[in-house]
Amino acid sequence: MSTITADPRLASLASTQARRAVHRRQYLSQAGVLVVSVLLVIWTIVPIYNMVLISLEPEGDVFNSHLWPKVPSLESFWSVLTEGHWYLEHFWRQFANSFYMGGMVTILTLLFGSLTSFSIGRMRIRHGWLVSNCALLTYVIPASFLAIPFYRIMQNYGLANNLWSVIAALVAFATPYAIFVFQEYGRSIPIEVDESARIDGASPFQIYRRIYLPLMAPALVAVGTYALLLAWNEFLYQFLLLSTKSSMTVPVALAQFLNSDQSPWNYMMATAIVYSVPPVAIYYAFRRRMTAGLTMGGVKG
Amino acid sequence: MDSASVAISRPAPWRDSLSRSLRGGLKGGEYTWAVAFVVPYLAVFVTFVAYPVVYGLWMGSDPSLYPQLFADPVYQDTVVNTVLYLALGVNVKMFLALLLSGFFMRPGWWMKTLLLLFVLPWAVPQISAFISIHWMLNGEWGFLNNALYSLFHIEGPFWLNERWSALGAVIVSHIWKWTPFWTLILLAGRMAIPLEIRDTARVDGATGVRGFVHITFPLLANLYLISTLLSTIFLLGDFNAVYFVSGGGPADSTHVLATIGIRDAFDLAQPRLGVAAVMSALPLVIPLVIVLMRKLRTTEVQI
Repeated sequence: MSTITADPRLASLASTQARRAVHRRQYLSQAGVLVVSVLLVIWTIVPIYNMVLISLEPEGDVFNSHLWPKVPSLESFWSVLTEGHWYLEHFWRQFANSFYMGGMVTILTLLFGSLTSFSIGRMRIRHGWLVSNCALLTYVIPASFLAIPFYRIMQNYGLANNLWSVIAALVAFATPYAIFVFQEYGRSIPIEVDESARIDGASPFQIYRRIYLPLMAPALVAVGTYALLLAWNEFLYQFLLLSTKSSMTVPVALAQFLNSDQSPWNYMMATAIVYSVPPVAIYYAFRRRMTAGLTMGGVKG
Repeated sequence: MDSASVAISRPAPWRDSLSRSLRGGLKGGEYTWAVAFVVPYLAVFVTFVAYPVVYGLWMGSDPSLYPQLFADPVYQDTVVNTVLYLALGVNVKMFLALLLSGFFMRPGWWMKTLLLLFVLPWAVPQISAFISIHWMLNGEWGFLNNALYSLFHIEGPFWLNERWSALGAVIVSHIWKWTPFWTLILLAGRMAIPLEIRDTARVDGATGVRGFVHITFPLLANLYLISTLLSTIFLLGDFNAVYFVSGGGPADSTHVLATIGIRDAFDLAQPRLGVAAVMSALPLVIPLVIVLMRKLRTTEVQI
């Protein structure tokens, strides 16, 4: 924004005007950023604030119209943690079920995913592309569309009301993503590493265990976080397959709350918050690795 | 992946036997290992994906199910809802994500902090978030109407008691939950554009809208397309937003295909009808799957 003129006064006038225009534009764009930021914060926070607000209400005080708790009380959290309401009597059992399920899904997804991608990507097994296509196909089928036949089959196998039926479903739907990410990440590791180990007499399992897995550590963390969050977010399969109070997980118990007339909303929201803590903590702890994982392989919501 | 190119790049084996070439150049013991490594996943795939798919196709193969399904007025509403949910949910979300990913490219600590907060809806479990939204929209005691009344003295409507506002609530909830995820994806795509390209473009005068139209978007277009297609599939299978926010109500008027199948199968105890409802999405799902599988396999774009 400079004007070439012979007259120095004109030039300085022009440059002052230009500077003012730049200032004005900067000011406007900063105001714009501020407005967008405030809107984004409100948009993001309102449902979460609502959760916290209601969980802090003392019992029976849910039906009111304040925008912040008049008398904040941690009573509902205490009730959840001590199973102090008839609805919450199996809370810890259900929480443990959720953890067990999430942990198993994570371990098995990592194990099956890494073994498969090692065989396809590093050992280059013949017809490996067929396996990749199976994975790709699974990845693009909505899991909820298979829920009804899956339920029927689990009934036939006698696995209804068994956590392992849910684990099997979630592993089947999480492993394709793992295979993509591992194959993609594995391309950055030179194949010569494997070959020299092979010449030194290492068996394929030793190469997998001693060389492949350690080098894949970042991808393992990313996919592990993803699998855990997937299991934690899932509802439909748990809802259909788990029906007794001692076998169900926290989401199923929460959904039961929703369907009853006398829902104790403060307990529900406290339960929802306690249930949200592990994934949020894990997400923020492994955030960088996860974002790297997203850009490495496929996408899964 | 491509066995032909592998065979060329490897030194010729000293004894070229037929069985060996069949095994893709692996020695006997190694071949056994390679197969053993693939078997666990293949077993999972066959038992828990392929078998349910075939079983489902068999359950929904009776042609007499479909006239019954199409005659159900709830199903007719469901189709309209699903189309609206797809059209608005996917496009509004992806467009917002595209704009916001540009917004978050700005430098500074404030943007980084804001991004951390903005990603929260994605990290919070769906169940917790959607239950909270359900209660927030309660006409009498919900936070939204309380806030409207306290701040603007407006009596808010009973959001979930009327079909279109309930469906709107479901769509907005979906957008709330998933925009952060796609923003991160598109942000990563923008970050991957080499700095030199952006700098050269800026020197050439392609800034602001022009820079976006001529430089950024053409480079992002493939990623945006794949994201949109994937998001369409994910949204088609989305059960939780409808189930928890509106519950399909009022009077079964806000179901989508993912929830109507479950309702038919378990509330009405007609599993075959439920499968038929899901199968009626196949004319949309199959082309999507074919295009997506091609795109994901052939393009260099890694989301």
